[in-house]
Amino acid sequence: MLGEGIVKGLAETARNFFGSYVNKERLTTVQFPEERLPQIEATRDFPFLVYDGTDPEPGLRCVACQICEKECPPKCIYIVKSADKKPDATGKAQFYPAQFDIDISVCMSCQICVEVCPFDAIKMDVEFEMSSEDRFGGLLLDKYKLAKSNEYYNKIHPTEAGAVDAALAEERAKAKLAAEAKAKKDAEVAAAKAAAAAAPPPPDATPALAAETPAPAVATASGETK
Amino acid sequence: MNILTDTSVDSISTDETDHLTGDLLEISMGPQHPSTHGVFRMNVTLDGEQVVKLKPVFGYLHRNHEKIAETESYLGCMPYTDRLDYICSITNNWAYALAVETLAGIKVPERAEYLRVITGELTRLQNHAGLIGFLMQDMGASGTPLMYAFREREKILDLFEALTGARMMCNYMRFGGCRCDLPAGWLDGAKKVVEGFPKFLDEFESLLKTNEILMARTQGVGIVTKAQAINAGLSGPMARASGVDYDLRKVDKYGIYERFNFRVPLGEVGDVYDRYMLRVLEMRESVEILKQAIRDLPEGPIMDPGTKIRGFRPKAGEAYGRIEGPKGELGFYLISDGSPNPYRYRVRPPTLINLTLLEDMCLGHNVADIVIILGSIDIVLGEVDR
Repeated sequence: MLGEGIVKGLAETARNFFGSYVNKERLTTVQFPEERLPQIEATRDFPFLVYDGTDPEPGLRCVACQICEKECPPKCIYIVKSADKKPDATGKAQFYPAQFDIDISVCMSCQICVEVCPFDAIKMDVEFEMSSEDRFGGLLLDKYKLAKSNEYYNKIHPTEAGAVDAALAEERAKAKLAAEAKAKKDAEVAAAKAAAAAAPPPPDATPALAAETPAPAVATASGETK
Repeated sequence: MNILTDTSVDSISTDETDHLTGDLLEISMGPQHPSTHGVFRMNVTLDGEQVVKLKPVFGYLHRNHEKIAETESYLGCMPYTDRLDYICSITNNWAYALAVETLAGIKVPERAEYLRVITGELTRLQNHAGLIGFLMQDMGASGTPLMYAFREREKILDLFEALTGARMMCNYMRFGGCRCDLPAGWLDGAKKVVEGFPKFLDEFESLLKTNEILMARTQGVGIVTKAQAINAGLSGPMARASGVDYDLRKVDKYGIYERFNFRVPLGEVGDVYDRYMLRVLEMRESVEILKQAIRDLPEGPIMDPGTKIRGFRPKAGEAYGRIEGPKGELGFYLISDGSPNPYRYRVRPPTLINLTLLEDMCLGHNVADIVIILGSIDIVLGEVDR
């Protein structure tokens, strides 16, 4: 019968229309901006720089290795490496970015910078309401605008940030152990040297003490041999 | 549509138009025309309502894709492939990854292959769902079918966002595997979407399949014969709607497609209606593949441990990687000279080649039919112009 298909289709439309009042499946839209959907955890838009602690100036994890600058496909990252080293959040002397700019009007949110960063220093943000009246200056973010705390990172990507924190903590513990072991070994070497040079060896000279004052021990040893 | 010139062109008048002594009207459809699916222009010569000549003009969205890729590292090309056919970024990634893997002889782990099939078939679902919605929009069914289709597509895009971080520019695959593993609970969500999909298809079919207006508008319009399809090198749903049994998932058996049990639907007439129905049938087959892939998904690594993503330098040589994208055969041809960026990078876009028959399909039809014929080809200008 002519028109049967149309009637059938209209019945489907009616089912969807009335169904939208009772069934959440049939009405999936929300009234943005008053109402917002929860953020999906993996969401990404533009990169930001993570810092540890409370102060972004020493806390930036970035050591200006410039890998992201080289790998960025649209070349929207600009880094100037510092001439000197400054202590980072863990107290270790590191290079730091004297200048770190990202032009987010060029950035295409591919997250290759995140993927290639060996220091977990650059991560993807979820903030999207960034419209600006200034086309060039307003979208060119410097390192002060880019720096965001590790707590913020933990808030927006909890699973990923947890894994990163655990890996970093492990790495730092390992580095600390290695540093301690190295210091101990150095001290032992110095003590052994001192012991060999100065006879008889001082009975109460612990390796740690010797490590603290290796230079005078050597100096006296050389002085004695002279 | 704006009237550019009102000419009586003697050279293209045909026998039918001679005795009517009417003037031919040359109009320019596009590039800023909502029905052209992007910035695409057609210079149409009309005799009354009928098309006597059609000349496609493209290049408005040219972004120098191939040349840019030759200056990028192999990894850096990957996000650019997202922007070719921006509706289905994951299959673009796949084709490029396959080309690089062929070039460098990389083996992909089992789990990554399954993830590729799952995300690739989901891409096919959302592409076809979007297409049939847009096709109805082109026909004048404003809003309703498109919104129903987009409601379903949105669920798949949410899955993509949860997995890759972006809804459309996924940048998900890497040569040697995939970028990230499934987050917790993703597979359950995917299972739910896949199992709910046939219900949407049933609804959509009862909405439109037997609609008399739809049939009057689409049946017998824009016919491509089997011989024409083969001669023009059509691929994908366009070729299969004309009865050409050619599906790279069956022909090439790339990845792990030989493990799945699915059929290749074929059209008989090759008109717009066949192309529309073929996509609906293809979605049903994709749902079957997805069910099998989700069921069989193994545990294991998702990246080949021997592959260096950064500073990747394949040996000198050349390779062609192709897959059955949602729109047809998508191929990447790469020549390497051993440097970190491709020496030559060439894309074989399915929609550009499917577009070559546009004039043959449109001749003799009305102006309004051009719009639905173009819609049924399923073009994305990001890929046609590159």
